[in-house]
Amino acid sequence: MQWETVIGLEVHSQLSTRTKIFSGASTAFGAAPNTQACAVDIALPGVLPVLNRGAVERAIRFGLAIGARLNRNNVFDRKNYFYPDLPKGYQISQLALPIVEAGELTVQLGEGDKAVEKTIRITRAHLEEDAGKSLHEDFHGEDGRPLSGIDLNRAGTPLLEIVSEPDMRSAKEAVAYARALHTLVTWIGICDGNMQEGSFRVDANVSVRPKGQAEYGTRREIKNLNSFKFLEQAINYEVRWQIEQIEDGHRIVQATVLFDPDSGETRMMRSKEDAHDYRYFPDPDLLPVKLDEDWIEQVRAGLPELPRQKQARYVSELGLSAYDASVLTSSKWSADYFEAMLAPAGVGQAKACANWVTGGLAAFLNQMDYGPDLCPVTPQQAAGVVKRVADGTINGKIAKEIFDALWKGEGADADGIIEARGLKQVSDSGAIVAIIDEVMAANTKSVEEFRSGKEKAFNALVGQVMKASKGKANPAQVNELLRARLTA
Amino acid sequence: MTDTIVSLSVLLATGQASSVELCQDYLGRIAQLNPLLNAFVTVNTDQTLLDAAAADARRAAGDIGPLTGVPIAHKDIFCAEGWLTTCGSKMLSNFVSPYDAHVIGQFKAAGMPCLGKTNMDEFAMGSSNETSYFGPVKNPWDTRRVPGGSSGGSAAAVAGRLCPGATGTDTGGSIRQPAALTGITGLKPTYGVVSRYGMIAFASSLDQAGPMAQTAEDCAWLLNVMAGHDPRDSTSLERDKEDYACDLASPLAGLKVGLPREFFGAGLTGDTARAVEAAVAQLQKLGARIVDIGLPNSKLSVAAYYVLAPAEASSNLSRFDGVRYGYRTPEYGDLAEMYEKTRAEGFGPEVKRRIMIGAYVLSHGYYDAYYLQAQKLRRLIAQDFVEAFKECDVILGPTAPTTAFKLGEKTADPVQMYLSDIYTIAVNLAGLPGMSLPCGFDAQGLPIGMQLIGNYFAEARMLNVAHQYQLATDWHTRAPLLEV
Repeated sequence: MQWETVIGLEVHSQLSTRTKIFSGASTAFGAAPNTQACAVDIALPGVLPVLNRGAVERAIRFGLAIGARLNRNNVFDRKNYFYPDLPKGYQISQLALPIVEAGELTVQLGEGDKAVEKTIRITRAHLEEDAGKSLHEDFHGEDGRPLSGIDLNRAGTPLLEIVSEPDMRSAKEAVAYARALHTLVTWIGICDGNMQEGSFRVDANVSVRPKGQAEYGTRREIKNLNSFKFLEQAINYEVRWQIEQIEDGHRIVQATVLFDPDSGETRMMRSKEDAHDYRYFPDPDLLPVKLDEDWIEQVRAGLPELPRQKQARYVSELGLSAYDASVLTSSKWSADYFEAMLAPAGVGQAKACANWVTGGLAAFLNQMDYGPDLCPVTPQQAAGVVKRVADGTINGKIAKEIFDALWKGEGADADGIIEARGLKQVSDSGAIVAIIDEVMAANTKSVEEFRSGKEKAFNALVGQVMKASKGKANPAQVNELLRARLTA
Repeated sequence: MTDTIVSLSVLLATGQASSVELCQDYLGRIAQLNPLLNAFVTVNTDQTLLDAAAADARRAAGDIGPLTGVPIAHKDIFCAEGWLTTCGSKMLSNFVSPYDAHVIGQFKAAGMPCLGKTNMDEFAMGSSNETSYFGPVKNPWDTRRVPGGSSGGSAAAVAGRLCPGATGTDTGGSIRQPAALTGITGLKPTYGVVSRYGMIAFASSLDQAGPMAQTAEDCAWLLNVMAGHDPRDSTSLERDKEDYACDLASPLAGLKVGLPREFFGAGLTGDTARAVEAAVAQLQKLGARIVDIGLPNSKLSVAAYYVLAPAEASSNLSRFDGVRYGYRTPEYGDLAEMYEKTRAEGFGPEVKRRIMIGAYVLSHGYYDAYYLQAQKLRRLIAQDFVEAFKECDVILGPTAPTTAFKLGEKTADPVQMYLSDIYTIAVNLAGLPGMSLPCGFDAQGLPIGMQLIGNYFAEARMLNVAHQYQLATDWHTRAPLLEV
């Protein structure tokens, strides 16, 4: 039997406000436990929530970026359940009237010529507060007895929960969508996207059905995936498991499962029968949130050019390939870097700048294993190198050496390094001819081979000439002059 | 000790008394009579006298407001920094608040010393003050009887002259009903006029704090201190500061007083009916015109209220879980048992009853039939008042169906107890201001209260009507004989 996978994602994106969604406490990550929990966050008797407009503004931003409907009147509800890291005994969320409904995100699947586009529908995005954290490991009481601790620093951190339709048909599609969403929320500046710190967490609803069947199969929800790798692994495992179960004659039971990265397996957390009755009702402490048109237009005016708009413009205005354009716009940082290079380098160098950002720079960053914000080479420095290649001062090989020097902090700019190291390209034909003659004299065997018809020997001789010039000879000139001397 | 707040402020202004002297007098009376009335949960003589000395120092420095130095008592539902704040519950019997409620902060800023925290029904759930973990409050007019509730401690303290005024809160009648049963004046403002920040929540969409005192004039001055926008409460209304005492002297000529047919029907009998009718006649004498009005949906208010208030309460009281503060059961095996035993032992039966009702009406499959239906009724009830206020300026009726009943008389029958608030609850559902003031006594010498209901933000007008009535009558000046 042929099976089809159906996936919908729920993404919890932490909004980048300085303070919490309903209190004035800081949202900064990594503080000592409970030092960023104020009276409201620890739910003292009598305290009340006050909505942070910054969180609402970020949700509006998101809604506009995915072409969604913004509910002019949206409502906070209470989701009631008991847990020690949920201080009020309820989470303030949005159920019936979320702020954002019915948007979409188009993602690119595959690479190069085989790339296709797919539009994933986004059902809704709603504002809610995060819970605190229970610390079960390495926590001891004064008598040394193992205890559970509660850290409420995270309690009240603003989240935007973004819920997709079950529009994805493979783990790869789910990852592509999650990546595109990650790019978007960081791009529009509503989330720092730091997955290690839990700023972007994914729940995947996964089911399978016989190919061609219209109804969905029973789904299981994989909770709290905090990397794209785990998302892919977890879905693939879950799909195999579900198919096996059905083929073995079992029925899938609706459940919530956790992914264990060590074993690569999912395991059941709770079944539907254990599900809470959250007893949702509108929070009487908060007024309905009214979005007026002026506010929405103000937010719209502040939106940056979005990834897909930029991508299209890079192709149509700068003549880049669709692939280069999509890689450049896969993060705000790389697009910004590219554009900052383009300004001094000139539009004519778009392809060269793109090559650096998608090639050399990406490789450098990968190798160093640190975030792009720590990149030691500024776009202006990089543009300086590209410019010198364009005007013939250096060749591509020397350019790599200069990038390397800039990366290591061995010079302030391309021109300084070229000067200090004498890397200027030799384009003086007299000097090149002198080197050619030396090389020909020292490599009589290769010269004879070439003259007897072995074209391969030519490349060997070019290599020798370049080497003798310490890479500085203009390669085009070397080619031309060498061939002339050999055939003279 | 029958001084009103206004008269005490005159004594202070003219140097005939210091705040320390006034506080010492009241603290002495509390020490003498509280064992009998059980009106206070906490008294902190040292702190009160420190507050009083600070108020006297402010007066000496010329840094004063109209009520600086006048002492006041606070219902134990308001968080007050450094004070035990119990809400009448075992659950918070060890909770010392680390912060001030907005209302407490307002009285501190006004320089008004706190005489103590007054007893109340547990989490404000009750109409007789018998659900308090700290024992029932006794009615100063007859200590075998209840003072009403839930602000019964504040009411008994004012009626017994243990304090000149007190704060209360009113979710379904908790200021007005005890005011009626103890012969004092109490006002529940329009929802949103007084910040709820720091006031321990019972039913957030209904709770509202207000003043309780001997006279309408005193209530006006206290409301001036309490009212005002507070950004920490999202339901606090952004309005210009109002002087609630400015209209007190206006004559009542031309005033249109609406009498709801539904409030004068079969349920209202005997002395209460006669007293309220006499009050109507008195207002007519003062120039008021009587208008017959209808509040056809008000009969549904008790039913709607006992869905909505418990629903909100069940959620509001979830934070009392033994994890971070308050009572925690001493022995437990795991988390679930800790929750269960803490809440089973920490809450009294009435609170548990309401949490269960609330959880039930919000649960899956019942929400539409109960909660949503009750919200619809709430809108209908509010709409009745909108129509009524097209015909009249204030609405007048009884505050409570009976005078003070005996301790234990209604504890076995929750529904009978709930009906104590039959005339007051609709006002909370509509978010309107309401007040109770004394209008006579029954054959047993127990006070009778009448209720005035105003349109939104009509507090000043209501206080004007009540003040003019009190200038013409002396019911409010009568005090119980209380000697040990």
